Amino acid sequence: MSQAPTREVARRVFAREFNDASHTFKESDDERAPVYLLLPTGERANRVFLVGTLTEKEDVGEDDEYWRGRIVDPTGTFFVYAGQYQPDAASTLRELEPPAYVAVVGKPRTYETDDGSVNVSVRPESITAVDSVTRDRWVAEAATRTLERVAAFDDESNEYARMAREEYDLSVDDYRAMALAALEGLDETDELGADADAEGLDAQAEH
Amino acid sequence: MTDLHTHAEDIVAQFSDHLDLTVDDVEERLDNLVNEYRVPVDEARRSVVNSYLDEAGLEREALGGGGNASVGLAEIDQDEQWLDVTAKVVELWDARSDSVAQVGLLGDETGTTKFVAFETSDLPELEEGAVYRLENLVTDEYQGNFSVKLNRTTTITEVDEEIEVGDDAETVEGALVDIQSGSGLIKRCPEDDCTRVLQNGRCSEHGSVEGEFDLRIKGVLDDGEAVHEVIFDREQTEALTGTTLEEAKDMAMDALDTTVVADEMRTGTLGRYYRVSGPQFGRYVLVDEFERLSDPVDAEAALIEARSI
Repeated sequence: MSQAPTREVARRVFAREFNDASHTFKESDDERAPVYLLLPTGERANRVFLVGTLTEKEDVGEDDEYWRGRIVDPTGTFFVYAGQYQPDAASTLRELEPPAYVAVVGKPRTYETDDGSVNVSVRPESITAVDSVTRDRWVAEAATRTLERVAAFDDESNEYARMAREEYDLSVDDYRAMALAALEGLDETDELGADADAEGLDAQAEH
Repeated sequence: MTDLHTHAEDIVAQFSDHLDLTVDDVEERLDNLVNEYRVPVDEARRSVVNSYLDEAGLEREALGGGGNASVGLAEIDQDEQWLDVTAKVVELWDARSDSVAQVGLLGDETGTTKFVAFETSDLPELEEGAVYRLENLVTDEYQGNFSVKLNRTTTITEVDEEIEVGDDAETVEGALVDIQSGSGLIKRCPEDDCTRVLQNGRCSEHGSVEGEFDLRIKGVLDDGEAVHEVIFDREQTEALTGTTLEEAKDMAMDALDTTVVADEMRTGTLGRYYRVSGPQFGRYVLVDEFERLSDPVDAEAALIEARSI
């Protein structure tokens, strides 16, 4: 088949699980080999796709622009950092007015803080403003993918689940409950009539 | 035994224009290989045919009729397999090389496959939309994709029947996570039979040329499990983005930069969910139809399904 290197799939993961992750690894000694973040539900992630509400943005750079965005999903907050090496994403962050629904494709990045804990953030490849329908679709999709990972966690052949058991002391049942709660939240907004809410934000998101 | 006899008759028929064989002789040779030396029938037949080819001073290609496989075009899964098909010429494409007389898409009930006819084969031209009985085609494989080649020995007979070409389109869906370089407003080489995309005003075949503007998107759809590379041609790109080629040219002219077009397309499409369908060529699905997945999610149904996972 094709000899071109295969593109890494963009995992769907909620903020809470993403931020619980800390272990990164490579699968070959090659300097340019992809770095994976180990998700606690037992999957490797070299790329993620997320949709949430941009609630704050701030230029935290000293000399050059360096934008930090907070993007909220039903379970927590993703931190996204974009500087001179992500010019498109940085300029999108500069121009967007929170609150706004945004879709982000990016790479997980980790760094160790002074107290030894590991912070996880997203280095975006792209950020675009989207509508509430896209956001809801993502929540449903992220919930489904999370539940599938949880369901496959005890499979004997699941090497990343084995790795997650070794690296983390976390209960996958919590992520199952989290994913179901996120879906229940969608169901409730449905009943409240998402139309009014969608109109306001859509107008802004779709310029 | 009857089996070998049939094979022997086939072989005699195959060589009828070239050698004066008797069925008994051929059957005896087959029988010797199969029953004495325990050679599988297919291999025995091949070996016997080869020896007669030598005797007649022929190439395998020169043999007409008989013994060719009859496989649906969309079901071809072997390289260098000889086929007879009845197929419709679904599309003719511009040949990109002087050695190619015709290239395009043949279709039958199972679906479509690419075909190539070479100048050296000196065959009558196929017409788009017509149905032909094509005998003695040979399959070809490139990076896991199959096509058929017409050759000197291919017989072409137009037939008066209509074929409902099967739909072997791929349908993929997911979030549009990337629009790759080479998307947006591009220039193509204007040389005859060449539609290559120019890089910095240069065609890899014809050097510096005055290109012709076109629109396309090379995108990546990702559903969280797998990635699919898709290509939107001009028509589909215009429908996807709402920007026509003329508008794109104006945008580029105003900005003195063609990259603004792709940037604008990214802003309007990345991060949204789409379902596309079309034929798969190499790594790409060529988009014939697309739909933006913009219906509100049915949260209740999703929840019921989720609880069952």
